[in-house]
Amino acid sequence: MINTTDILETINMIQEENLDIRTITMGISLLDCADSDIENSCRKIYEKICKRAEKLVKTGEDIENEFGIPIINKRISVTPIAMLCAASGGDPVKYAKILDKAAKEVGVNFLGGYSALVQKGFAAGDEILIRSIPEALATTDRICSSVNIGSTKTGINMDAVRLMGQIVKESAELTVDKGLVGPSKLVVFCNAVEDNPFMAGAFHGAGEPDCVINVGVSGPGVVRAALSKIPDADITEVADTVKKTAFKITRMGQLVAKEASKRLDVPFGIVDLSLAPTPAVGDSVAHILEEMGLEQCGACGTTACLALLNDAVKKGGVMASSHVGGLSGAFIPVSEDAGMIDAARSGVLSIEKLEAMTAVCSVGLDMIAIPGDTPAEVISGIIADEAAIGMVNSKTTAVRVIPAIGKKDGEEIEFGGLFGVSPIMKVSTASPAKFISRGGRIPAPLQSLKN
Amino acid sequence: MRGIITVIGKDKVGILANVSGICAEYGVNVVEVTQSILQDMFCMIMLIDIEKATVSFTEFAEKAKKMGEENSLSVHVMHEDIFNSMHRI
Repeated sequence: MINTTDILETINMIQEENLDIRTITMGISLLDCADSDIENSCRKIYEKICKRAEKLVKTGEDIENEFGIPIINKRISVTPIAMLCAASGGDPVKYAKILDKAAKEVGVNFLGGYSALVQKGFAAGDEILIRSIPEALATTDRICSSVNIGSTKTGINMDAVRLMGQIVKESAELTVDKGLVGPSKLVVFCNAVEDNPFMAGAFHGAGEPDCVINVGVSGPGVVRAALSKIPDADITEVADTVKKTAFKITRMGQLVAKEASKRLDVPFGIVDLSLAPTPAVGDSVAHILEEMGLEQCGACGTTACLALLNDAVKKGGVMASSHVGGLSGAFIPVSEDAGMIDAARSGVLSIEKLEAMTAVCSVGLDMIAIPGDTPAEVISGIIADEAAIGMVNSKTTAVRVIPAIGKKDGEEIEFGGLFGVSPIMKVSTASPAKFISRGGRIPAPLQSLKN
Repeated sequence: MRGIITVIGKDKVGILANVSGICAEYGVNVVEVTQSILQDMFCMIMLIDIEKATVSFTEFAEKAKKMGEENSLSVHVMHEDIFNSMHRI
């Protein structure tokens, strides 16, 4: 029989330290639904999603009950809708509405893929879809949107960067009375990954199979608890402890992914081993960094601690799963992390420090509220900076900022639920307008020439 | 299919009887038991076989949990695989 201590450790991780499977995300290709008539296209999409994901939620709940491990979200990612728009033309918001209806029918809480990939330029369907994002997010409940505006291989599409600054702002303006939910469901990527199970940036890439199961595991609380048991260890031991903990967490993800794949008769794609915080007490990435010895997240030394954490999580997880993918690493969303919220409130954590941290974490500037009067070109400037970090470091970076319409820095906005609460962070107001208005492309860096 | 029942709580008379009683009631076979008492905390781990159970795994887990709540015990029934995958390579 299994060792008693091991059994109690597992129970403790789940009961006391918030270990959970954050999401089972079914990726569904909609390429075979493309039709020159948008009405036909919509009908096929609805039918395919309802058929493929019919048992997704029920299966997730069954596994949750049988294995005794919480599975927080069941979600769907689909082919970037811009590709369907290219074939059908018409008003892309129709797609958003039918996807929303399908998501509600099968019972998933989010559906990602109202997306366009424009890292090198706009193809048919791309620009019209991007321009429809604010309306699509304002008139639906469960749709998430993402746009890839750059990559290491292609450089950065500055026309798209300029456009996305306006779109983010417009999304906020259209959802002022809905708690600014628009920009919280919109991610601007550089080096977007095709198999990410986490929202709001999930979409089902064109190179993916017809249908696939991806699983995202989480557990910042478990890592923090493990580190709290070795308060005087040196940093090598800290890294080893994170690795061992990440291994155990990922094994659980692998088990759930394989089981879900078997029961749904859908191939297993990847396990994404990301430390994804929630506003719940004890589920914070910032608290892990503080456990390593920082007075507060944002202090000098934060970037080094985060680099260690991000790397050790990957090293530990990679042997625990047959296929590791997605974003894998540590997320640093401000409003969704109790420790980050406190650090931002106290002024220790600034947007500039967060930008430095994104060079070594798994994604980017995430869930950061900025003053409502921030001009669109400043938002484009933030996007360009983040994309440059991602492009040069061959990593995924993203921007999900929330222009808090009608509010200034120092105030707070409350999103509720998993999105949490966010102090509004100060942004430099010096204008990058001339740079942003130039348009064109930032050429791909030397790092892209690997062949 | 095998599962693991863990029972944690303040020690008192009849805990083992309660848990094994509910197993017998639903046709769940107890394969192995280990228990220890640390100060006055009771901790028991049971390996069970539910092949011939009269209810589904989920239902049994719920009934065991409810029985635990009625007796101020923390009772969890989980699939054996979760422990195997986490602690064995």
